Amino acid sequence: MAVNQTLRSGAWRVVELLTTPLVPTDYLDVVAPLRNARVLRARIVAVRPETRDSVTLVLRPGRGWRPHEPGQYVRIGVDVDGVRLWRAYSVTCAPGGLSVTVNAVRDGAVSNHLIRNARAGMIVHLDHPAGDFTLPATRPGRVLFVTAGSGITPVMGMLRSALHELSDVVVVHSAPERDAVVFGDELRTLAADGRIRLIERHTRTGGRITPAELAELVPDLFERHTWACGPNEMLDDLGAHWARAGAEELLHVERFRPTVIAAGDGGKVTFGRSGTVVQAAGDVPILEAGEAAGVLMPSGCRMGICFSCVLPMTEGAVRDLRDGSITTAVEGDNVKVQTCVSAAAGPCHLDV
Amino acid sequence: MTTLQRKSVNPIAHLSADDIEAIGRELDAIRDEIVASRGERDAAYIRRVISVQRRLELGSRAVLLFSLFPPAWLIGTAGLSVAKILENMEIGHNVMHGQWDWMRDPKIHSTTWEWDNASPAEQWKHSHNELHHTYTNVVGKDNDLGYGIMRVDEQQPWHPVYLGQPLWNFVNACFFEYGIAAYDLELGRNLKSKKRRRSPEFRARLKQVRRKIGKQMLKDYVVHPALSAATGSFLHTLAANAVANLVRNLWTHSVIMCGHFPNGVETFERNSIEGETRGEWYLRQMLGSANIDGNRLMHIMTGNLSYQIEHHLFPDLPSNRYQEIAPKIRDLFDRYGLNYVSGPMPKQVGSAWAKVFRLSLPNRGAAKIAAAAPRPVSGRKQQPATRWQRPATDSAPAHAGS
Ligand code: FES
Repeated sequence: MAVNQTLRSGAWRVVELLTTPLVPTDYLDVVAPLRNARVLRARIVAVRPETRDSVTLVLRPGRGWRPHEPGQYVRIGVDVDGVRLWRAYSVTCAPGGLSVTVNAVRDGAVSNHLIRNARAGMIVHLDHPAGDFTLPATRPGRVLFVTAGSGITPVMGMLRSALHELSDVVVVHSAPERDAVVFGDELRTLAADGRIRLIERHTRTGGRITPAELAELVPDLFERHTWACGPNEMLDDLGAHWARAGAEELLHVERFRPTVIAAGDGGKVTFGRSGTVVQAAGDVPILEAGEAAGVLMPSGCRMGICFSCVLPMTEGAVRDLRDGSITTAVEGDNVKVQTCVSAAAGPCHLDV
Repeated sequence: MTTLQRKSVNPIAHLSADDIEAIGRELDAIRDEIVASRGERDAAYIRRVISVQRRLELGSRAVLLFSLFPPAWLIGTAGLSVAKILENMEIGHNVMHGQWDWMRDPKIHSTTWEWDNASPAEQWKHSHNELHHTYTNVVGKDNDLGYGIMRVDEQQPWHPVYLGQPLWNFVNACFFEYGIAAYDLELGRNLKSKKRRRSPEFRARLKQVRRKIGKQMLKDYVVHPALSAATGSFLHTLAANAVANLVRNLWTHSVIMCGHFPNGVETFERNSIEGETRGEWYLRQMLGSANIDGNRLMHIMTGNLSYQIEHHLFPDLPSNRYQEIAPKIRDLFDRYGLNYVSGPMPKQVGSAWAKVFRLSLPNRGAAKIAAAAPRPVSGRKQQPATRWQRPATDSAPAHAGS
C-alpha cells in the first residue's frame, strides 16, 4: 500500500515536471473540466422553471464534491459578461444529488443571468456546501418552518430529505401571490396528503404576517423547534418575539445576505490582517489611505499599470478613480482590486 | 521636457501644455470605451487562445515522442515553437500585465500566472510592468533600453566596449529568456559589489531563478526526451526542444526590438519625468514606441505587441482590442502632428539592428553637435507625480462616469 502510494506520488511528480510551470490539471481542464478535484465545477444537467421568475438547476458536481446537509447552501460561480461572479444558493434536494433554485433578485446580475441563460450542459463553478441552518441529527418531534419568498429554498431541502423522519410539521410560508409561491404545487400536495400543515400567506392581499398572528395560527409555537428564513425585518420580528418568550434556543434563523451593495463616496476601510481601520475619502486611493495609517502596502507604479498593488477585497465596494467604475465584493468573495487607483465607495474590507 | 529638446528637430515643439492635456483626455475617453465594452467576447478570446495553445503543445509533444522520424521531428518542432511563442507572447505577457484580471478567474490572473520562461513571473512583473512601463524609454531608468548592456541613444557617451554590441545583441537574442532572467535580477549591478552580491534579497531572488531554470531545463532537456527514449528519440526530442526554445527566443527578441528601437522612436532624459502629468506620460508612451504592420496571424504571434504604441498607452487593456483602437490612435497622432512609427517586420527589425550597429561606433555629424548642446533649464515646478489623475474636463469631474 505504502509502496503503491509512493510510486503513485512519484509518478505524479514526474507528470508535474512534464507540465511545469503549469500543473497537469491545467492541461486536463482543456479536455475534461469536471475531473479536476482541486477546482470544483459542476455541469448543469437540467433547468426546470418553477415560477415566472425562478428556476431550478439540477447539477452534476465534478470530482472532489462533498455532499451537503439539508438546509445548507453552496456558492456558485458564473461568468456574467466575462466576469466571474459568485452567489450563495440553498440546496433544494436531498443529499446525494445537487440542485439549487434561483429566484430573480431585482438588479441581481447572477440570478437574472442564470434564469435567462442557464442551459443543460453549461459548466458552473462551485464551492463546498456550507452553513449551519440544518436539522439536528436527532430529529425533534414537532417542527415549525417560517419562510417568506426565496426563504423556502433551504426549507425545501430539509422537507425533501427528512420529512419522513419528522412527525409533526407546520410550514408557514409567505409570498406576494399564489403564482409566486416557489414549489407551490409540491407544498400543497404534501399538505393535501396530510404530511405537513401548510399555512400559505399571500402578502399582496393579506399583508405581512405578524408574530401575534403567527401565535394565533400556531398555538403551540414555543413547543416547536422553529427554522425561519426570509427577509431581515421578518427575522428581526421573530427573533424579538422568541426572545420575549425566553425561547431563543428554539429558533434557528438563516439570513440571506444582501448582494446589492449601494456604492457611496468614501467609507471605512478595514485592513484585515493588521486590523487597522481608516475613514477614507472618496477621492483618495486606498493605497494612500492605508500608507497614511501605517499599513504596509505593496505598490509599484502608483498609476494603475503595474498591478503590484493588487489586494483581495473580501467585502465592500470601491470606485476606480480613473473611469468611475464600481467593483463590489460580497461575503465569501475574494475580488482583487488595484489599490493605487481605487477609492472606497462605502465600507470595505481588504486582506492585507 | 525631454532629450528631444536637444535634438535638431524637437518633435513636440509645436504642442502646448493644453494640447498635451487634451491628448490625455482623448486617450482616457478611448480607454473608458474599451473598459465599458469588455465582456464575454473578450473572455472567450483568451480562453480560446489558451485552449489552442495547450492543445498545440500537447499535440506537438506527442508527435515528438517519435521524433526519430524526420517528418515527426519537423512537425513537432514547428508546433512546439509556435506553442511556446503563443505561451510567452499572447498569453503570458498579457496575462501578467493584468489584462485579464477583470474576469476574476483565478486561473487567468496576473497574481497567479507562471510562464514557460527562465524568468520567474514575479521578478519579470516587477522589472517589466513596473520599471519598463512606468519609465518607458527614459535613459538610465528603463533598462529595456539596451537591457543595460547596449548603447541605444546618441546622448549616451561612447566607449570602445560598445564596439561589440552587435555581437552581444545577437548572443542575447539566442539566449533571450536567460537574458531576461539576468536582466530581471539586475545581475550586472548586483554582481558588481560584494555587499550587493551578499544581500539576502538578491540571494533569495537568485535562488528563485535557479529553481525556475532548473525545472525548465529538466522539463525540456531531460524528462520529455526521456519519454521519447522508448522510441529511440531521446536526442531528437532534446534537439527539438532546444530548437523550439531558440526559435522562440529569436522571435520574441525581434518583436521586442521592434517595439522601442526602430528609427523615429524617441528617448527621454531622467529628469524629464519629474512631476509628469497624465497627459505627458501618455505622450511619452506615444513617442517612445513603434508598431509592426502585419496580418492577424502576425498580431497574434507577437502577442499583439505589434500594437506596441497602443499597448504602451493602455498596458492593461485586453490585447485583442488594440487592433480596434489603433486607427483612432493613429488619427490622434495625425491631428497633433506626431510621428506614428510603424512598418513591416523586416523593415523594423532592420532599422533596430542598424541602430545597434550605428551606436556601436562614436557619434558623427549632427548627433554629435546635439549631444554637446547645453541642457535646457526646466522652468516647471516639481510636484509629486499623480499620473492616475485625469485632466479635468469642462463638463464633469473625471470620475462621474459610472
Ligand atoms: S501600484 Fe502599479 S498598478 Fe497600482
